[in-house]
Amino acid sequence: MPLRQQIFAILISIVIFIVIIELVRKRKLREEFSLIWLLTGFLLFILAIWYDLLLAITSLIGASLATSTLFFFGLVFLILINLYYSIKLSAIANQMKNLSQEVGILKSAVSSQQSAVRKKPVVNEANPSEDSDTVKE
Amino acid sequence: MKNNTLIIIPAYNEENTIGNVIKGIRNVAQTSDIVVINDGSSDRTESAAKDAGAFVVNLPFNLGYGAALQTGFKYAVRHDYKYAIQMDGDGQHSPSSLKSLTTEIEKNNTDVVIGSRFLGDNNYNAPALRKIGMKIFSIITNFITGQKFTDPTSGYRAINNDILKFYSNDIYPVDYPDADVIIMLHQAGFRIMEIPVDMNPSLTGKSMHSGLKPIYYLFKMMLSIFVTILREPIREKV
Repeated sequence: MPLRQQIFAILISIVIFIVIIELVRKRKLREEFSLIWLLTGFLLFILAIWYDLLLAITSLIGASLATSTLFFFGLVFLILINLYYSIKLSAIANQMKNLSQEVGILKSAVSSQQSAVRKKPVVNEANPSEDSDTVKE
Repeated sequence: MKNNTLIIIPAYNEENTIGNVIKGIRNVAQTSDIVVINDGSSDRTESAAKDAGAFVVNLPFNLGYGAALQTGFKYAVRHDYKYAIQMDGDGQHSPSSLKSLTTEIEKNNTDVVIGSRFLGDNNYNAPALRKIGMKIFSIITNFITGQKFTDPTSGYRAINNDILKFYSNDIYPVDYPDADVIIMLHQAGFRIMEIPVDMNPSLTGKSMHSGLKPIYYLFKMMLSIFVTILREPIREKV
């Protein structure tokens, strides 16, 4: 691999690494997700400094060009990460559904309690001698 | 003044029909409680239902028919109802059949009573395409369960407390639950039966299936049935 390409690849992987660490530091990215991205950056870095490994993988899978190996695994990686997000989304949609159902049921319970409470002062107004303490007893 | 039976009506933008549906129910079933699950409607469904005398549970946003229905099941479990009847808020399901559904489920010979639109002498007439879809699912359901279901996609059903608990679980398929639920129930060892119910065919038509949705529905149901068979039968977790 020409030196220029190598430097470029190393730079890219370092940038990815820094961005991810920074996102985690600012709490914009959860550690859970950062792991997968850090691994990606690390893999890029390895491939950039260890060109022979890339060539070995290329001949192992029977590809003719090192670049097609990169593109192929890049695509596979993207597909997998999308699948992972779909799974996450399904789980989140389910949790969200359960939460909204819960909110609906609880809200209805609260509002029916409130309307029951609101009825009480009306009784008190009818009998001014009765204050709220006696009602409680 | 709590009763044994809860009538669950999921409603999404049904302000025109929901009031009459509830009044219709009140005329024939005074001893049932009614809960309307307002599925994030943008119209006056909530006040229409309240004015007609139903208890309303408002969902914070539109979750879809199945999830709204499940909210009703969860509500019923929480308030210890022995039986529940699910019906639609668009007026398609005639309240005149409530009596027979209730009678049948209260016999305790069965866990689910499905109100079939095709049993008995019925004048229900669905659009051709939907009829074909219904027929296909009927054939598949009958084949897998070995029981004859004339109308597995009917949303007019009575269920008992065991089913309520079963349905409140996360395994309940919330988008378009119908034929796959029957197979799931069958595999879990529940008893299901069908009785004829009356329909108001003039009021059918709109509802949840429009645009590209029937295609998704068909696909979803096929997949759902397929994976339900593949799964280990879910024993009653109650």
